[in-house]
Amino acid sequence: MNISSADDFLPTATWDMLRLRAQLLRRIREFFDSRGFLEVDTPLLSADVVVDRHLDPFSTLLSDDPARPESGRRLWLQTSPEFAMKRLMAAGGESIYQISHAFRQHESGSRHNPEFTLVEWYRRGDQMADGIDCLSDLAEAALERGPAERIAYRDAFLQHVGCDPHTATAETLRGRAKSAGVAIPASLGPQDRDSWLELLLGELVEPHFQRPTILYDYPASQAALARVRNEQPPVAERFELYMAGIELANGYHELVDAEVLRRRNRENNALRIADGRPPLPEESRLLAAMDAGLPPCTGVALGFDRLVMLAAGADSIQQVLAFPIDRA
Amino acid sequence: MASYNTSEFKKGLKVQLDGDPYMMIECNFVKPGKGNALYKCKLKNLLRNTVLERTYKGGDSLEAADITEIKAQYLYRQGDNFVFMDNESYEQFELNAGQVDEAWKYLKEGMECSMVLFNGNPISVTPPNHVVLKIEYCEPAVRGNTATNLTKPVKLETGATVICPAFVDIGDLIKIDTRTDEYLERARE
Repeated sequence: MNISSADDFLPTATWDMLRLRAQLLRRIREFFDSRGFLEVDTPLLSADVVVDRHLDPFSTLLSDDPARPESGRRLWLQTSPEFAMKRLMAAGGESIYQISHAFRQHESGSRHNPEFTLVEWYRRGDQMADGIDCLSDLAEAALERGPAERIAYRDAFLQHVGCDPHTATAETLRGRAKSAGVAIPASLGPQDRDSWLELLLGELVEPHFQRPTILYDYPASQAALARVRNEQPPVAERFELYMAGIELANGYHELVDAEVLRRRNRENNALRIADGRPPLPEESRLLAAMDAGLPPCTGVALGFDRLVMLAAGADSIQQVLAFPIDRA
Repeated sequence: MASYNTSEFKKGLKVQLDGDPYMMIECNFVKPGKGNALYKCKLKNLLRNTVLERTYKGGDSLEAADITEIKAQYLYRQGDNFVFMDNESYEQFELNAGQVDEAWKYLKEGMECSMVLFNGNPISVTPPNHVVLKIEYCEPAVRGNTATNLTKPVKLETGATVICPAFVDIGDLIKIDTRTDEYLERARE
């Protein structure tokens, strides 16, 4: 942006864009309200944080002494409202949604801003297929581009990469990336299978998803907070919506087993340390809620700013935000 | 040596790869499948003007290039070389035709240019955005026609040819935008 600092107070979005944002927010609320979802409003600041290999949360201190603002209890700005909303589900929630800001360090680019808006929802009793249907309906209601096509992660890889993502070795995946001419980061670990899958997904698969498309049944190693279905090979009941090659939403048939989450937290922290990142607290009130009993449900998070980008045909997130991080 | 971490990557960053200075002309942050952060970069070699495409993973770093920009006065041409003087240190620099590149078209003795140094050595020079130069030769002016849509090539005192409206004449001073090679207006000294 070559605008002098004297103009830095100005928004980067036009008023037309801000009106479109407001209209889409209304449309999303109407969608959920008409389906009997309850809008909830949970805190952005929390003592708990998701332990993910690739997510770096912001933190701040809850000071107990005005003279010493640099001391106090550490709180995290949410990377998504997932923990609080699942606690509500464990406390008797049926169908809930929320439109809130989320925060992720280091994520800046034409489709990322460190502070962004998520639409997130949970519905009790849903199987993955129900969650996929609801996501497709919402995208159709918001963007009016028809229902989403559905394709399994494995089929998408067979079609566009030419190998089975569940059984291919890291060497095979690396070979596919090389023969397809993908620019490969020199520091990508040769045995880091998931990183090779992610690279191939981004370079060779995602660009084909121009029409609304939902990718589902992810490799079990990329389950995050989704449950794993025990078939041969096991797959994570996770799904993502794409459009115009852009990832728009991520959903899970939610993991409800606290012991499995404890194990994933430990594994993720070990990976974070190996990657040179600080470990994150593994205990949380989400685990307590899961111990008490999280009902079977699906949950989906949709990037609202990207939805606005797609609705407007904007090519950068800065065009749809009043004040992106450089002007925040 | 200073270095830049991926979270500092942005357009305009000057970095060093295999000993050559590069400018980051594009940097796209992507995170496919919620995995590794990837930075898809285009890097322009500041010596050769070639463009490299490279992808970096979050946490990678690139060595910073020692690039400085100075104001330098163009003194004279010596064969294929162009001689400049640093306005502050009075140090003289010689650039060859390849380094001067397109800038030769607008270089006039005494003109203040900006010069890029890599490890203290000049690698490129840029003339001011607007320069005033004399027309050395052109077809006779079309009298009475002040329309700007009728054009002709004119040869400048520097030897370069630019496109001008037909009403300008030999000996006229004209103002040119050096970034677009466009004629702007007739000028007085």
